[in-house]
Amino acid sequence: MDVKILGSGCANCHALEAAAKEAVAELGLDATVEMVTDYTRILGYGVMSTPGLVIDDKVIVSGRVPSKEEVKRFLAGAV
Amino acid sequence: MLTAFSQMIGQFAPFEYLADLISYRIFGFDPATTFGEAFHFFVGDISKIFVLLTIIVFVIAVIRSYFPPEKVKNYLARRGITGNILAASLGIVTPFCSCSAVPMFIGFVESGVPLGVTFSFLISAPTVNEVALILLWGLFGWKIALLYIATGLVVATVGGVIIGRLNLERFVEDYVWKIKFNDGQIASPPFRERAAAAWVYTKDLLKGIWPYVVFGIGVAAGVHGWVPVGFVARIAGPNNPFAVVFAVLLGIPLYSNAAGTIPIVQVLLEKGLPLGTALAFMMSVTAISLPELVILRKVLKPRLLLVFVAVVSAAIIFLGYLFNIIL
Repeated sequence: MDVKILGSGCANCHALEAAAKEAVAELGLDATVEMVTDYTRILGYGVMSTPGLVIDDKVIVSGRVPSKEEVKRFLAGAV
Repeated sequence: MLTAFSQMIGQFAPFEYLADLISYRIFGFDPATTFGEAFHFFVGDISKIFVLLTIIVFVIAVIRSYFPPEKVKNYLARRGITGNILAASLGIVTPFCSCSAVPMFIGFVESGVPLGVTFSFLISAPTVNEVALILLWGLFGWKIALLYIATGLVVATVGGVIIGRLNLERFVEDYVWKIKFNDGQIASPPFRERAAAAWVYTKDLLKGIWPYVVFGIGVAAGVHGWVPVGFVARIAGPNNPFAVVFAVLLGIPLYSNAAGTIPIVQVLLEKGLPLGTALAFMMSVTAISLPELVILRKVLKPRLLLVFVAVVSAAIIFLGYLFNIIL
């Protein structure tokens, strides 16, 4: 599984990155969590409000920081 | 209708009752003393403003989840002055975090939203919002609150129109025009998820602004006289013809959201600053800030950045003087 966090490196983006990493670890998933800071790629996903959460190249959330529990639900749904 | 509504809120019995209960019964302060009355005002206003903030911020957060910038830009593409007015108005309900300013800017211009319309949105989004409206309403009355919102919309619309007329597209960083925006990839979440997210947003927002609100109301309740703003009041007081210019220039580098400026505005008014000067200061702090300029520099060449600052400050200064004259 492939998880991406879209964001320019602000506090919210790092909060989402941390939540995603914890969620992946707690679910014991074999997934990579990658931070995407390049605007060309961020806009390539059609996201204008950061942070964004992308799971397997699908935009799940944009413009807010979902909680760890929420990220876990999204991950479980994508498996 | 608005008057009736504000009177209803103003005399909202539960808050009066709560203030009576806490100030006079529980703490046993004497309503006839200045302190007893001030404390009563403090408790009544704090409970009223926080209840209003919680309800309205939550409702707006749910509504705004239906208007993400990814969707808003499609309403604004290829439009003239109506686009500027629409962009300024949508700036009220659209979320804005200065860290999103760059992707938002690129997404807008890349989707065919004219540069001037994009700027109307960029000016309005941080300046005009429901938090400023409620706080100004709760502390200074609905007339000042509406005046602030109307002023923000005018500055955003006019600023955007002027920037649009100047044809400054060549001063946007070149790489911006090359980025490809892939539309329609964001799933629309169910209402339950929107409401849950709106509640989290409301809680976070209240957590962030409560000290400013409490301080602002504290000043209003009579806890004043110890804040060292003599300098500001002296250089920007009613006797100085350049007061509005000073207030706006002072506000440009400062960074704060609307809530953070409320206590300062409260103190400035307390110190005898005219309303137009105080509102101009508040708007200048929220509309333009050094951190935002640093971020916008990534997409704008210095010349356009300078035009942006100049046009917005000129518009705010003009309205500040106008209010000082007519009010």
